[in-house]
Amino acid sequence: MSLVADTAQWLLDGAHWSGPEGVPHRLLVHLGISAAAVGLAALIALPPAVLLGHARSRWGNVLVAVSNVTRALPVFGVLIILASTSLGLSTRSTVLALTLFAIPPLLTNAFLGVRDVDTDVVEAARGNGMSGLQVLRSVELPLALPLIAAGFRTSAVQVVATATLAAYVGGGGLGQFINEGFARGDQPETAAGGVLVALLALLVEVVLALVQRRVQPPAETRL
Amino acid sequence: MQVLSSVVAHLDAPNPWISVDYVRQNADALRAATKEHVELVLLSVGFGLLLSVPLAVLVRGHRRLSSLLLGATGVIYTIPSLALFALLAPVTGLTLTTAVIGLTAYTLLILVRNVLTGLEGVSQEVLESARGMGMGRTRMLLRVELPLAMPTILAGVRVATVSNVALATVGVVVSHGGLGQIIFLGFRSNFYRAEILTGTALCLLLAAIAEVVFLGLERLTTPWARR
Repeated sequence: MSLVADTAQWLLDGAHWSGPEGVPHRLLVHLGISAAAVGLAALIALPPAVLLGHARSRWGNVLVAVSNVTRALPVFGVLIILASTSLGLSTRSTVLALTLFAIPPLLTNAFLGVRDVDTDVVEAARGNGMSGLQVLRSVELPLALPLIAAGFRTSAVQVVATATLAAYVGGGGLGQFINEGFARGDQPETAAGGVLVALLALLVEVVLALVQRRVQPPAETRL
Repeated sequence: MQVLSSVVAHLDAPNPWISVDYVRQNADALRAATKEHVELVLLSVGFGLLLSVPLAVLVRGHRRLSSLLLGATGVIYTIPSLALFALLAPVTGLTLTTAVIGLTAYTLLILVRNVLTGLEGVSQEVLESARGMGMGRTRMLLRVELPLAMPTILAGVRVATVSNVALATVGVVVSHGGLGQIIFLGFRSNFYRAEILTGTALCLLLAAIAEVVFLGLERLTTPWARR
């Protein structure tokens, strides 16, 4: 079990916690890439999903079906395909690839969340003289918020996890420890990278689960 | 990686995304990679089922144990695939076994959840009548409960299979990534686009074939749904 001890020693070594190749810097790069991808995906996915949900449009179903197909798309392949285009080995191509994978859960949940708001509630709001936009803003969106938040959580956790692969196509982030460890045959570094990435993903999951719980109305007032 | 980016600069030769020549000349390598890919997926989903069904049968009915098992498989599911492979590699080496263990781990959440949901969905009346017919617990499980839960279980197997077709490519880090090896080789050979795209397209093809197979299986295992 010396690998466990070696890994712990690697993690405790102060030299690994400073400079541009240190844990804090790579952690920030990792989070930066992830945040950019999720932010971009939210900008792209949420407006059409919410509007199609509001209109209860059938096109939304098509959009959901198409975005579900991406489940079968290997992230690894997409990362490398984008790196082979004119975008090259860059942070841009990594962010773009991750954005593609962040879109489906956001899109599906926002569309279904808004579409499935109780029609009685929507009609009551209309009956009270609310315009379409007002219904959307003060009735449908608040009621769909828990589902939208769930989609955001799924997509963010997935992106943080997948951003690890970025190191393989020249991007930065915590995956670099794993990549370097394999390249140098440095097992403790590989394992330490694995531990760091796993902890980060679990942390993001837990934090977002707490956030999600906060935006969820208590059960007895839910409609 | 730095070396690679400088090599890319002098790429003047044509580098098409689609090349029949490439496929023809590398048919053997493509066949071998596809075979490994299918092996990875079948073995991981197979082992996943062998673990999930007994585990789910054991914990069902116990609320605490069920949520504990779902929580544990959920934690595994959250661990990024690359990290999991990185943690397994020092122990089991750069082997097919490492890739299969990692991929199996990812099927557990989906499979356990669906087996549990499927078993819980069997109505009390059906169980009563089975008991009334004098069936023992094992016979009831095998002849009544599992068959009735089959659509839900299959739905889980379908999701697990399709996700693992995509995920298996990450096995590259332990040198057993099936078609991922092809994609990565193309990447390392000065961005050989035909190789990269062929590898990715074959993955999608495998996923599509899996979908069709599951549609057929769903019909076969639910004879009562047919008119």
